[in-house]
Amino acid sequence: MRTPAHPARTAWLVIAGLLALMLLLAGCGGGGSSSGGEELAELGKGEGQVNLISWAGYVEPEWVKPFEAKTGCKVNDKVAGTSDEMVQLMRSGQYDGVSASGNATARLVDGGDVSPVNVSLVPNYKTVFSDLKDQPYNTFDGKPYGIPHGRGANLLMWNSDEVKPAPTSWDVMLDPKKAAKYKGKISAYDDPIYIADAAVYLKTHQPELGIEDPYELNEEQFNAAVELLKEQRPYVGEYWSDAAKQISAFANGDSTVGTTWQYQYFALQEEGEPVAASPASQGFLPKEGATGWSDTWMISSEAKHPNCMYMWMNWIIEPQVNAEVAEYFGEAPAQELACEHTAEKDFCAKYHAEEPAFWKRVYYWETPLADCGNGSEECMDYNKWVQAWTSIKG
Amino acid sequence: MGPGLDVDQGLSRRLASFFDGRPRLQVGALLAGPLGWLAIGYLGSLAILLIAAFWSVDPLSGEVVQGFSLENIEVLFDEPVYRSIVGRTVAIAALVTLTDALLAFPIAFYMAKLASRRGKALLLVAVLVPLWSSYLVKVLSWRTMLSSDGVIDWVLQPFGLHGPGYGNVAVWLVMSYLWLPYMVLPIYAGLERIPNSLISASEDLGAAPFTTFRRVILPLSFPAVVAGSIFTFSLTLGDYITPRLVSNNQFIGNVIFNNISNNLPLASALALVPIVVMVAYLLVARKLGAFEHV
Repeated sequence: MRTPAHPARTAWLVIAGLLALMLLLAGCGGGGSSSGGEELAELGKGEGQVNLISWAGYVEPEWVKPFEAKTGCKVNDKVAGTSDEMVQLMRSGQYDGVSASGNATARLVDGGDVSPVNVSLVPNYKTVFSDLKDQPYNTFDGKPYGIPHGRGANLLMWNSDEVKPAPTSWDVMLDPKKAAKYKGKISAYDDPIYIADAAVYLKTHQPELGIEDPYELNEEQFNAAVELLKEQRPYVGEYWSDAAKQISAFANGDSTVGTTWQYQYFALQEEGEPVAASPASQGFLPKEGATGWSDTWMISSEAKHPNCMYMWMNWIIEPQVNAEVAEYFGEAPAQELACEHTAEKDFCAKYHAEEPAFWKRVYYWETPLADCGNGSEECMDYNKWVQAWTSIKG
Repeated sequence: MGPGLDVDQGLSRRLASFFDGRPRLQVGALLAGPLGWLAIGYLGSLAILLIAAFWSVDPLSGEVVQGFSLENIEVLFDEPVYRSIVGRTVAIAALVTLTDALLAFPIAFYMAKLASRRGKALLLVAVLVPLWSSYLVKVLSWRTMLSSDGVIDWVLQPFGLHGPGYGNVAVWLVMSYLWLPYMVLPIYAGLERIPNSLISASEDLGAAPFTTFRRVILPLSFPAVVAGSIFTFSLTLGDYITPRLVSNNQFIGNVIFNNISNNLPLASALALVPIVVMVAYLLVARKLGAFEHV
């Protein structure tokens, strides 16, 4: 049976009307960005709760429950999967703070989404490792914008049964001639920020490009790094994005050499897999150095619970708590005194927490911006990095 | 009986008399909720998506500029990488659809026409049970099976063969596996509706089994195959987790995912591609007469 024309036509009119309404709403959406807030002058009473955005494993009951009991601030946590997601969530203005990596912090400061931190209200800040303070990814215009949480380095890891002799340079996976030997067995990080790894390599191997900071690349330097990764592409067995995926690939022999976090390296060692990373004689890193990350708790410029947020920032670097946090996640603690409190006695040594010489060779993730830091606007911004990453993977 | 109930009854009676004799209002009241949901929740968000494809991102601040620009659409056409990603996605979707149709038809035919009542019920459960377990568990199991010391390699080794490893073949295998039930069920329902008398009549008129299949069963069940293919095709077109877990290749969904938070307009423009492909697909299906017997 055919439906009479009238009701159908009415339905279409209704839909068309609603669509028009949606178009109208879409057209007038969006508002101006707010300017950054002021730092808190003095600490008041807790507001009873605090809303956080964090990496998985950063806000866990083991240290949240005692915090809630001590301060009366109930913790509501939202786990974000990527730096991009964190930036987006913070822009909603519904959160008090975020554990931002260096590739998000500049974006948050530029967007006026976070406020500077009055570190005199965070007593534990005094004993944070000094090489974590006053860094380009957590300090802007001379003002600290956050409390360091912990840090890690991207290591070169290989299967010691398969990869001989032991590599001392990233060339084993980035120089096409050498990478060819491990075709299909190379494991690379699946993120646009991996372009910085190529830039670190080129800094040593093509000095004529004049790369200084792997996150501030002009067009020529950037194209060279992208070109290098395109040459590497046919040899890559797997791009990994989560730790578990890489661990399984190394355990079952799908990958034999790749870039990794300390966490996966130790996890595989514990499983008895024959994996190795750069030894002490090489400063634990390939000769070019490596990229890494250092995370920072930042406070929203629209924080509705600033006192609780300050209490949280102080709590997370409490020696005992920071030790727990670092061991739970598998990264180096930010708090000097934490090393005395780790359950595993040589934890800090394993993760090089107290070795400034190690971290000097680590280029912490930063947000690539058009601003090269020297007044020129010729650098490739993050958007270009994302486009290039798409074309690298093909 | 309490006084409250009296009031309620009065209200419902008044409502009933209000709607009595006003069929248009009846239909309107009935459909207002679901239709509004459809219009706002689905079509409305789709409309915003379409509009966002013409916005752009300010290169300095990284914020979305809500003006009209064809920049993103141009990028999709100019950059060869997007053409190859779209080509790869559509090709795998078509292959998966074909594979599933070939696998599902015999199963569905057996279920609908040959199996006993009991066998039919058992088969139906067998088709449905895989849908109960999590999608992720299934993909991760395939990941383990396809790995270089996985069960597929192990089985093939005695014959001097190797498994496909990770890559496009793996994506094709896993997707074909994942979406098979969505092909079996519509075809089964379609075949079920063909009266057995038609098949008997064809046989009585001297048609060979294959002729009966070609001239009677296939034309009548074709709409069901197309219905199933819409599922398998569009599900493959939109998936981005399977490619990520069993290959290094990017599909449309992966690129949308990569761009969604820092370049929403480009992600929206990319999201147009599957829509355009699906519309083209449906138009072709209509040309082939898929909707004539619905």
